[in-house]
Amino acid sequence: MGFLIFLALLVIGYLFGRLAEQRHYRSIHEREDALRRITVIPLRVPPPELLKHDSQLVSGSVVVSVDYFKTVAAGLRNLFGGRVGAYESLIDRARREATLRMQEKAQSLGAQTVYNVKYETSRIGDNAGQGLGSVEVLAYGTALTAPSVKA
Amino acid sequence: MLVSNMEVVPGKRITQHLGMVQGSTVRAKHAGRDIMASFKNFFGGELKGYTELLSESRDEAIARLQEQASALGANAVVNVRFSTSSIAAGASEIFVYGTAVIVEDR
Repeated sequence: MGFLIFLALLVIGYLFGRLAEQRHYRSIHEREDALRRITVIPLRVPPPELLKHDSQLVSGSVVVSVDYFKTVAAGLRNLFGGRVGAYESLIDRARREATLRMQEKAQSLGAQTVYNVKYETSRIGDNAGQGLGSVEVLAYGTALTAPSVKA
Repeated sequence: MLVSNMEVVPGKRITQHLGMVQGSTVRAKHAGRDIMASFKNFFGGELKGYTELLSESRDEAIARLQEQASALGANAVVNVRFSTSSIAAGASEIFVYGTAVIVEDR
């Protein structure tokens, strides 16, 4: 009985998790294309030609959850060692989503670039010690708006 | 109040450093949300409730940072950094810190 529940959860996790991941990647690709003109640059100091711009802190964050299949797959991978692909794609999605949300924020301010971008990743949730649970990614930076755009 | 995570403010000159300012907040969602989130751990996907919670707490932390800075007489906070830690199951601490400065137009 316990094994059946485990199997059912595994199948549910695989199907729903894959569906969510595919859908998410599709939306990420679409929005990345749309937001490509908002440049994101991890430089600490902007070049002198931007020194007349207005600056403002912008951030974007997202919390994504693992699915049961990923938890089990990563647990197995832990035994053998090597790349944990299940978690790699999860964190990749979270980072890109956070970046996109930050870009959207910058766009709504009329900014063209975001400088000094920093990332911050943390684990959320209560299943410490038994896998990843949920992961939060925060992206933040300084949006630079041309003064003429704002006026 | 200008808040930025760069060390310099474009078009402005920093005339005075007033020291570090900080803001922090600890928040938890109610148990119902936590239960829903643990269900979500089977299915995968975004936890919208938590995303919302964390961005609300971040706004709160920034508001406290700004409060401290204006109490010092600053008109900007530069070099701002965020830090997040989960201190207990279902609760997380958001911490934001930066340097309070006085800037003036160049």
